[in-house]
Amino acid sequence: MRKNLGVHTILIAAALAMVAPFCWQIVTSLKSLSNATKVPPSLLPEGRWDNYGKVFDVLPFGHQFLNTVLMAGLRTIGQVLFCSMAAYAFARLRFPGRNVLFGILLSVLMVPPQLFIIPQYQIISSLGWLNSLQALVVPGLFSAFGVFLLRQFFLGLPKELEEAAAIDGAGPVRIYWSIVLPLARPGLVALALLVLLWSWNDLFWPLVVNTDPGKMTLSAGLASLQGQFQTDYPVLMAGSLLASLPIIAVFTVLQRQFIQGIATSGIKG
Amino acid sequence: MTTTMTPPHRSATAGARRGAERGGWRRGRAPRRGRGPSRRKEALWGYAFIAPTGLGIAVFYLWPVLQTAYFSLTEWGAFGGHTWTGLDNYRRLSSDPEVGRALVNTLTYTGLGLLSIPLAIGFAVLLNRKGMRFVGFYRTLFFLPVVTMPVAIAMVWRWLYNGDYGLINYLLSLIGIDGPNWVADPATALYALVVVGVWSSVGYNLIIFLAGLQAIPKEYYEAAAIDGAGPFRQFFSVTLPLLSPTAFFVSVVSVIGSLQLFDLVYVMAGSGAGARANPAFPRLETVVQLFYDRAFVTNDRGYAAAIVMMLLLVIVVLTAVQFRFQKRWVHYA
Repeated sequence: MRKNLGVHTILIAAALAMVAPFCWQIVTSLKSLSNATKVPPSLLPEGRWDNYGKVFDVLPFGHQFLNTVLMAGLRTIGQVLFCSMAAYAFARLRFPGRNVLFGILLSVLMVPPQLFIIPQYQIISSLGWLNSLQALVVPGLFSAFGVFLLRQFFLGLPKELEEAAAIDGAGPVRIYWSIVLPLARPGLVALALLVLLWSWNDLFWPLVVNTDPGKMTLSAGLASLQGQFQTDYPVLMAGSLLASLPIIAVFTVLQRQFIQGIATSGIKG
Repeated sequence: MTTTMTPPHRSATAGARRGAERGGWRRGRAPRRGRGPSRRKEALWGYAFIAPTGLGIAVFYLWPVLQTAYFSLTEWGAFGGHTWTGLDNYRRLSSDPEVGRALVNTLTYTGLGLLSIPLAIGFAVLLNRKGMRFVGFYRTLFFLPVVTMPVAIAMVWRWLYNGDYGLINYLLSLIGIDGPNWVADPATALYALVVVGVWSSVGYNLIIFLAGLQAIPKEYYEAAAIDGAGPFRQFFSVTLPLLSPTAFFVSVVSVIGSLQLFDLVYVMAGSGAGARANPAFPRLETVVQLFYDRAFVTNDRGYAAAIVMMLLLVIVVLTAVQFRFQKRWVHYA
């Protein structure tokens, strides 16, 4: 510790800069509006827990929370299942056109997502799905990135177990489900965490398709709250804290798996 | 049966031999008609496995790209119909001052946002020092902004930047500085935004650089130390060159991400309709925000499509330029 004193000083200063905004968010969320807009500001919180209750008055927060959980959860389950299926086929099964199809998939990966949005909106709108859970979930069930990430992961798995199972007469479904998926757990977890994070925090798509407050996600709901004329900062801080806490909790617990995911997808991808 | 238990082939000739033995086809060669039902069955299973993703990607991603390209050549009426107008949208785009401004703002944000890379390298090197303690603790703190909802981040920073009641101006007043109105002041708004962008991306880049650092063999440092290189010399002659491929990757990914900036600026400028009342709005509006406005506020979707086609072009060009110039500074060991 003493040897690295200078280093720790720099890192502590940087870490403080990382944490200070969150601390100020918590402090403000526990103040009354008049106290929050006092000059000079007091650095200590009051016990105004009712700000957290007020979040539920100004927004259909419960509904939006549920919408966000369902969107993030269903997208995650869908992508892990569908992407792992496709990735298994691309990594292990031989079929005519495999390389061409994979090449097309890679080309989708390189297109910025804004290019998909207008036509996706048209599709959702023509299906009568605006302001629905399907609108939030369905386009997010498919991902070229997920297929690419998992294919890379599957290619790195040893083939011997699969070959032994094939000799014992197991078909592709059996091999995929009972051998590849259990072996690929770290890869699946990494993808699941990435999808969960992106979906939970996504703003553009939910903002566009679901404009009815009861059908919005937390991101869009909070953003709409701030657009209103009077800005009640303590309530805003309480709301934004409530909206981001679940995902922060998940990632603090599963940090190691997530970091592994970033590091592998980052460097290999 | 022992042949199937041998490890995967490495050389092309071995592969060809094996492929010929088993009557199959190799990757990269036109498929031969399968011999026996098992080969055909495998192919059918292959199609079945890719079917859900394949259909979903085709409907929600591939076809939309083509449609957007087509829409960019049309004009949309008030009731949703559209008519072919050729290159009109692109002509309008090239002389639209709002597009020019949005492009300049976005490029400035992207360029300054690259500051996150040297910062992340610096912190990663410090965390990677031998005998360093509390690494997990620091990493968790750096990591907080990475997983926090951008909308929430933007709100907190908007509050910190508040001209009258913000914490930042209060702290500045303690040392006698009268702080500006930050995100509502045209002179400071974009830079205030860059600070938030860098603050929230350092942790992500830090993780990638830490992984890159841990992949550098210890022997290189031992050899450098034997040759009498001190910590600084080691950093510049060993660490930086060996980290340059990682830095290149991070730079490519960051540029692509920054060019698509939306969430942060959408909230920090003042959310949707409120943003236009912000005097600093012309210095904050990004390309994607302009796209959002044209596509879903004024419903000028043909023009919006042209705007994102332009964004695609900018991304392709800037990525190509980076690949072109990587030889100048990226060392592949």
